[in-house]
Amino acid sequence: MNILISNSSGEPIYAQIVAQIRQSIIQGELEAGAALPSIRQLAKNLQISVITTKRAYEELEREGLIDSMVGKGSFVSGINREFIREQRLKALEAKLAEAAEESRALQIGRDELLHMLSMIYEGEES
Amino acid sequence: MSEAVKVSDVGKRYGSFELQGIDFSVRQGFITGLIGPNGSGKSTLIRMMMQMVRPDSGSIELFGHRLAGESAQLRERIGYVSDENYFYDHLTIKRMKKILSPFYGSWDEEKFRGYLERFELSENKKIKELSKGMKMKFSLAVALSHSADLLIMDEPTAGLDPVFRRELLDLLTEEIQDDTRSILFSSHITNDLDRIADYIVFVNKGRLVFDETKDDVLERHVLVKGGKELLDDDVRGLFTGIRETDVGFEGLVSDRAAAQRAFGDLALLERPSLEEIVYFTSKGAAAYV
Repeated sequence: MNILISNSSGEPIYAQIVAQIRQSIIQGELEAGAALPSIRQLAKNLQISVITTKRAYEELEREGLIDSMVGKGSFVSGINREFIREQRLKALEAKLAEAAEESRALQIGRDELLHMLSMIYEGEES
Repeated sequence: MSEAVKVSDVGKRYGSFELQGIDFSVRQGFITGLIGPNGSGKSTLIRMMMQMVRPDSGSIELFGHRLAGESAQLRERIGYVSDENYFYDHLTIKRMKKILSPFYGSWDEEKFRGYLERFELSENKKIKELSKGMKMKFSLAVALSHSADLLIMDEPTAGLDPVFRRELLDLLTEEIQDDTRSILFSSHITNDLDRIADYIVFVNKGRLVFDETKDDVLERHVLVKGGKELLDDDVRGLFTGIRETDVGFEGLVSDRAAAQRAFGDLALLERPSLEEIVYFTSKGAAAYV
């Protein structure tokens, strides 16, 4: 797993770490049970504060993506595949809702929208 | 959380300079940066921890023991690196080491040799032949070679080139891997060591401005840039420090949410660097005195 921190992006460093570890888990690069570097090791590697890496891991724990055990370290949690699918489904629904709203604003009917969607869907399939 | 150093309500007067009501901690397992402009009282505070200066009021605890009188035992648990040269100029590194090492019960000769090699210091060189940066490296090698629980560094990056400053970050983060050791450094240049600092203690003109995690400090402050038409007396009151020019203003607000409410989209709101926080805070205080 690679973690690259950008100093010029306005995003806080802890959020960058969360996003990149989350992405590694979603892509299956990090599997359930895989050990993450300790917060001190990661802070050393990235030359950042221990408090920043700790906060990133706490955020990943809250999202249910990793489990931390005192004295043993942090691991990718087992439930995450389904969990992530659910999260992504929610995100997909939100995007569809946005498309529906935009269609209404442009006075595009339901059938026309479905037609557009199936064209796009099939176009990307082939 | 245990504290390697606890400074409580410390005061000290030197002529017209006065330290007043200083409270802060150096937490075990973390790196703390003591920052502030020149003459703000950083070195005096460090000298107090090293028992070279006594506070007029308040107390200092090292590893849970209140400092009173001389305590060589406590001092042995501290690795001290200073920008002042406290070595004998006419001696070689080897001779100087022979004088220093017996003071430490847990001197680790092998570790010391490892650092000399890593820092490319020849032990036959005389102290007076060393550059400022090399003296700092020698001082660091001594401080890291007696298993100190607390490393105190007074302006450690003074005289070091950028390459070694980066290397120093690795050395220091290695030191705190086991989370029992602590590091305190002071600096008026805040843009190198603050990368790895966990806590920031900011003193200005003898007073404590804050003692907080670096992440909180950077998140709660905001740098506001905008046109001069936005400024009136109420708005000016929001700023910790402000710099006005013919073509606009930039200023520091210590409450991000308040700045967002006041300016919305009318001004540019940016994340400040620590250096900008120090600059505007010391500038602002000067303007209101």
